[in-house]
Amino acid sequence: MQDLFLSDEILMQISKPERYIGHEINSVVKRPESVDIRMAMCFPDVYEIGMSHLGIQILYDMFNSYEDVWCERVYSPWPDLDAVMRREHIPLFSLESQEPVKYLDFLAITLQYEMCYTNILQILDLAEIPLRAVDRSDNDPIIVGGGPCSYNPEPIAEFFDFFYIGEGETSYREILDLYKEHKANGGSRIDFLKKVATVPGMYVPQFYDVTYHEDGTIKAYTPNVPEAPAMVPKCIVKNFDEVTYPTKPVVPYIRATQDRVVLEIQRGCIRGCRFCQAGQLYRPVREKNVETLKKYAKEMLENTGYEEITLSSLSSSDYSDLPELVNYLIDICNEKHVNISLPSLRIDSFSLDVMSKVQDIKKSSLTFAPEAGSQRMRNVINKGLTKEDILRGAKMAFEGGWTRVKLYFMLGLPTETEEDMLAIGELANEIAGLFFDTIPKEQRREKIQIVVSTSFFVPKPFTPFQWAPMITEQECIDRAHVTLSGIHSQLNQKRIKYNWHEPDVSVLEGIFARGDRRVAKTILKAYEKGAIFDAWTEYFDRSKWEEAIRETGLDIAFYTSRKRADDEIFPWDHLNCGVSKEFLLREWHRAQEETVSPNCRQSCNGCGAMQYQCGVCVEPHTGEAVHDGSKME
Amino acid sequence: MKVRIKFSKHGVLKYIGHLDVMRYFQRAFRRANIDIKYSAGFSPHQIMSFAAPLGVGLESEGEYMDVELLSFPSSHDLIWALNEQMAEGIEIHNAVLLPDGTGNAMASVTAAGYYIDFRDGFLPPKGWEEAIRDFMAQEEILYLKKTEKTEREINLKEYIFDFRLSSHAEKDCLYLMVDASSSGNIKPAMVMEKMYEFLGGYAFDSFNLLITREDTYLNRGTKEAPDFAPLDQIGITVEEESDQTNES
Repeated sequence: MQDLFLSDEILMQISKPERYIGHEINSVVKRPESVDIRMAMCFPDVYEIGMSHLGIQILYDMFNSYEDVWCERVYSPWPDLDAVMRREHIPLFSLESQEPVKYLDFLAITLQYEMCYTNILQILDLAEIPLRAVDRSDNDPIIVGGGPCSYNPEPIAEFFDFFYIGEGETSYREILDLYKEHKANGGSRIDFLKKVATVPGMYVPQFYDVTYHEDGTIKAYTPNVPEAPAMVPKCIVKNFDEVTYPTKPVVPYIRATQDRVVLEIQRGCIRGCRFCQAGQLYRPVREKNVETLKKYAKEMLENTGYEEITLSSLSSSDYSDLPELVNYLIDICNEKHVNISLPSLRIDSFSLDVMSKVQDIKKSSLTFAPEAGSQRMRNVINKGLTKEDILRGAKMAFEGGWTRVKLYFMLGLPTETEEDMLAIGELANEIAGLFFDTIPKEQRREKIQIVVSTSFFVPKPFTPFQWAPMITEQECIDRAHVTLSGIHSQLNQKRIKYNWHEPDVSVLEGIFARGDRRVAKTILKAYEKGAIFDAWTEYFDRSKWEEAIRETGLDIAFYTSRKRADDEIFPWDHLNCGVSKEFLLREWHRAQEETVSPNCRQSCNGCGAMQYQCGVCVEPHTGEAVHDGSKME
Repeated sequence: MKVRIKFSKHGVLKYIGHLDVMRYFQRAFRRANIDIKYSAGFSPHQIMSFAAPLGVGLESEGEYMDVELLSFPSSHDLIWALNEQMAEGIEIHNAVLLPDGTGNAMASVTAAGYYIDFRDGFLPPKGWEEAIRDFMAQEEILYLKKTEKTEREINLKEYIFDFRLSSHAEKDCLYLMVDASSSGNIKPAMVMEKMYEFLGGYAFDSFNLLITREDTYLNRGTKEAPDFAPLDQIGITVEEESDQTNES
């Protein structure tokens, strides 16, 4: 058993020492001298969040299946330990070997949300690795970024040696082989990065020069070495059924946010909601075979001992063999006394029947994500869910015994008017009224409860709304108040609860999402002022960010509320996520015309993903009827 | 049928808290395919109870849990199957069938023994042997026991069953046996705090103590004339041939 890197004295004074001791069931320990490459996968947030992430489990398992590689894990030390490490100059260490991260060959950081950016600097800083890629020596680990935020990595580009654009299962082996060759032959860090740049999907930011127009928009991205391609294509798994999957995932001691068997049933989504980035990045939708999934479910339950299993996908109801899979899971879970936690499903007789079998109706609630209150607004965002769909689903659920309804909306969507905001309250009111009409007074076991939640829309790269102006912070507050008063004016307003968040974090998210390289100095400044764990309400410190923005002269409106011209060059235009800019622009125009587009199974919209010749793009055309998007959880 | 399992907890796993240890065992029982009984309902859970929760940072050679099994081929098989699933640091030492009507593990606990060592650089004062004798010769050892809501003064002396010099893992140390029942619930640090106070001139910091629970005991005698025995002494080791099953 390895000794722990932290002393007893430290472990006994911090909260949840289990975050830092490793030794979990199914964690992989190798002899350092038996491998050629040592690396760590990092999720730049606290252990319980990071351990819940499927992507790292997939890659951890894949890397450790290579005999010549030992891949470990590292997460952000919580602020209590962070303070101790800074005070006592303790370098960041990886969990398995309990050794400093700075001696590894690679540190791969997953970028799942923008608000983790200061935590990346925390990781590098604590690890005693220079923050900027150009300041690193040949002895420092190669810092790699991946995950959804790497599709516009520009605000953090200078902190990374390279970004892996796309799905991690396809190209790491090639990079590792290049690295072994590089180590054997000798050569500088730059030599290696030049080789990396020749692998499709690898983006080495320092090999690109950016020039700007006088108005601050981008003039051009130009490669400055011959190895760097002008356009970096994404990596994509074409045979999704046979790709590597972790059937022995690491089981934490402490309760993780997602502490169960996760079965990834499909990747991608057929629905082209115009605000949704994942729906574009992971095109085309690809399914795993139901027999493969049955086998994984059984093996994973046996290998982990987990008491719960869940499905992962962007839209589980669209999975072709869902009834067969769910019925199989119900059978084996009954036998093994395992709970099934079903993700959001479209509400229909099948899902209501399944839900009544796997959970207590009294404790569960019905979830709809109409995203917008009015039909006009839903047409703009291409959310193919009508009021009739919602009311039909709600009626069935009320008849089945459900009494709690959650409704999710976005405020600040492009073209939104006061009428659209007021429609949110009207819809909630109508659902409450439907309950009273459907369930006779003597049969009402509980009062109907409706919870309306709104978030503020943040335009994301590689979506049709990448051109959209984001509303300002003051507008966010105003629109939340309009929505609230709209709800208060309803007949059934006492049955409706309204939740919304402070908009300050949304503004920052908006800056980072569509930011360019000039945003990096603001992130660095905020970090130097002590900003970390910005995604955590209790640690988010608005004043540090205000100062950083002021001192670095960042123009918030330029990145958020400015209207972008159709032909503007974006900071992410030299990356290719598979859908063409022409398609996205077409969709942006159709949005303004309030015209919906069909989903991938209804007809092809020519987005560009056909180039990969896999998934839904090569499925025999079924011409299946349009489904609504109502969901339950 | 009710089976009592004895395990030890050492090394880095001393940082795993009690609730997490319970969940760890539930998953280990599933991985080992043990025929354990589950509760009914939408969230079935294993029928499992632990004797005396161990504080974070303490190691132990004598932890116990009771489980309700539907079949129990043999003590050896169960020990082996569970040990196959243990993380380094937790080891199963015994599994015995409890006679019908045995109270649950937690209710049977009356005492716990501890080896107390001192962290490097925090050597205890000299002359322990006489010091302990004098300490225990006091009429009463008053201790202010605090919980979140209440404060109550107790005579610690009534709760100390044994206190002497001993050795553990080839090192000299103290041995302390105290009341660990739910009504007593004496922690070794409480006694050590009073001991330091008695010696005078030494600042007490519970962090300086390295504590290993030696075993957990039930009382086969009476309150006045106790006969302490480890919790697994009342069970029966099941040999492989007997192949007992019980569907209740």
